[in-house]
Amino acid sequence: MIDPNLFQLICFYAFSTVAVVSALAVISLRNSVHAVLALVLTFFSTACIWMLAEAEFLAIALIVVYVGAVMVLFLFVVMMLDIDQERLREGFVRFLPVGLVVAVVMLVEMLGLIGVRVMHAQTLGANPAGASNTAWLGKALYTQYLLPFEIAALILTVGVVAAVALTLRERTGVKRQQASQQVQVNPRDRVRVVKMAAEHPADAAPAQEPKP
Amino acid sequence: MPTLNDILILLPEFYLVAVACLLLLLDAFMKPEQRGTLHWIAVVVLVVTGYMVVAGQPDVTVTAFGGMFVRDQVSEILKVFALLSTLLVFIYARPYLVERKQFVGEFYTLMLFAVIGVMLLVSAGNLVMVYLGLELLTLSSYALVALNRDSPLSSEAAIKYFVLGALSSGMLLYGMSMVYGATGSLDLAQLHVAVTQSAMPHLLVFGLIFMLVGIAFKLGAAPFHMWIPDVYQGASTPVTTFIASTSKLAAFGMAWRLLETGMGGLSQHWQPMLAAIAVLSMAIGNLVAIVQTNLKRMLAYSTISHMGYLLVGLVSAGPEGYSAAMFYAISYALMSTVSFGVILALARAGFECEEIADLKGLNQRSPWFAALMALALFSLAGVPPLFGFYAKYLVLQAAIDAHMLWLAIVGAVFAIIGLYYYLHVVKVMYFDKPEEGGADQPQADASLRVVLSINALALLVLGVYWGPLLGWCRRSFGLG
Repeated sequence: MIDPNLFQLICFYAFSTVAVVSALAVISLRNSVHAVLALVLTFFSTACIWMLAEAEFLAIALIVVYVGAVMVLFLFVVMMLDIDQERLREGFVRFLPVGLVVAVVMLVEMLGLIGVRVMHAQTLGANPAGASNTAWLGKALYTQYLLPFEIAALILTVGVVAAVALTLRERTGVKRQQASQQVQVNPRDRVRVVKMAAEHPADAAPAQEPKP
Repeated sequence: MPTLNDILILLPEFYLVAVACLLLLLDAFMKPEQRGTLHWIAVVVLVVTGYMVVAGQPDVTVTAFGGMFVRDQVSEILKVFALLSTLLVFIYARPYLVERKQFVGEFYTLMLFAVIGVMLLVSAGNLVMVYLGLELLTLSSYALVALNRDSPLSSEAAIKYFVLGALSSGMLLYGMSMVYGATGSLDLAQLHVAVTQSAMPHLLVFGLIFMLVGIAFKLGAAPFHMWIPDVYQGASTPVTTFIASTSKLAAFGMAWRLLETGMGGLSQHWQPMLAAIAVLSMAIGNLVAIVQTNLKRMLAYSTISHMGYLLVGLVSAGPEGYSAAMFYAISYALMSTVSFGVILALARAGFECEEIADLKGLNQRSPWFAALMALALFSLAGVPPLFGFYAKYLVLQAAIDAHMLWLAIVGAVFAIIGLYYYLHVVKVMYFDKPEEGGADQPQADASLRVVLSINALALLVLGVYWGPLLGWCRRSFGLG
């Protein structure tokens, strides 16, 4: 039976290697979809390292937020950029091998993590402080790090203000529907019923007759 | 746990945050023709905040939120002058913005958020706070540079600033993480003790180097100066004025907090590195400025050289040097507001007054503004008896006292080389024939004229009567 600490060390170096290699791949691959997939692998390996360091909440947050939401969005955007429909359809098969490789590496990493957890079943266990990782993080965030937390909110506000200021543009000469005006419209303003003497078809007929 | 006392210590900052958010709402609900009032509200708010900073200053250094925020005399002085220079930017910018239809509420709110970033940065007691304060300042600055969307030059400058700024933030963070790894502490006061007893001195020095890169980038010191000329030229002149004045005060505050409060125990490591950066900045700034034809670009290279002199003060790593560097930062902020203020006053619709050639024969058309500009340029060059001379004298004196005579000699030599390009502009203003389409008698409004004149004359007054300001700076570093 292999020593648990040694196995943990091996896992750490394996995860780090994968993270570094895939990070290099992100900036060196020519195909942008492959690059995004490599970035997914980088994030996942980093999350595995954090898991080894017993920062479970951060690891899960990294996967949920970055891999789950941000990177999938990235992937969609990168795929959408190529508008050519034919190439898009064949693309899914083209990217399959790289996607499979990424998936297999992820699976191996997960199995490694589970292995570490099983071997350490006796030693790891509950946190000596009696609190979970998440509870500790929440407590620190709202007491010791309250001020930085608030400033982070300010920075996000500035981000929103900047985004709006840089993209919102008052365009002139644009015709828009005004719902309130549409509702207030009075039929009498639009349709004018004109009374006039009826015309006799007999008088009009000769004028409309096509010439032979 | 945070208490009411913590909030009272941060009252000026909280007040400014509240008002900035309020202005944001006001701007959204205001009719375009009422926007002029935003300017006056912002001006009053800055004055009130400055009053709060000075009046609420406790006699001894106090900390809030568990050491996150430090309110000491150094931060008080830097905050007062940061607020003052922002106030000057607001007053100088209004006619320029109105004339170019760039008068938008976001200019004021983003500026106020940047000032909040400055105030938090100079009062930071923790590496996290240093980083967040810096981000708040730089993020607002990127947006301000990009605000003039119709100019391709502005967009290019904003992208360059953003990419290089993100890189330098990354460097700074990387350095901070290494320092944290070596000492196990983020608190600057605890770091001061921990750096001398760390078990991993090599990691610590590595972290220090990365942090120095971040600081040098923020100051715009060579060889991390590449963004300065492009941003100064590309940004609209009011934003350039802000980056050249308030932002530099913040950068000095950050450098002092990180290097002295945090890493003071490693001064034998950062002194030679800072000295090299200082010499490079003075050399590159002063030499490259000579060949510039664009006035804003020339002033950008002059900034780089001035940051070199500021670093000469920091290099001596003692209260004398720090107070000299702070005095220098304040003098630079006041001088650059005058020089850019004159550019703003002379600019009119369709004419930016950016080229040195635009100033040809300014003396014949507008002697008063030519005199103000000459005053600012002589002060930047360090000609006695102006403010800039005494500031330069102090930092060189500090270098000599710290047994770095060679650094003082290099500084003096480059100051004389720098004299050339400042005097060249003065020559263009006074001895060249005015050209058609050049700078004319400015149409600028009364508040700009009066405040700009006071600002320029202050350079003369402070050059002769520097005692109180220097005394204030020295007291803040514990000197008599």
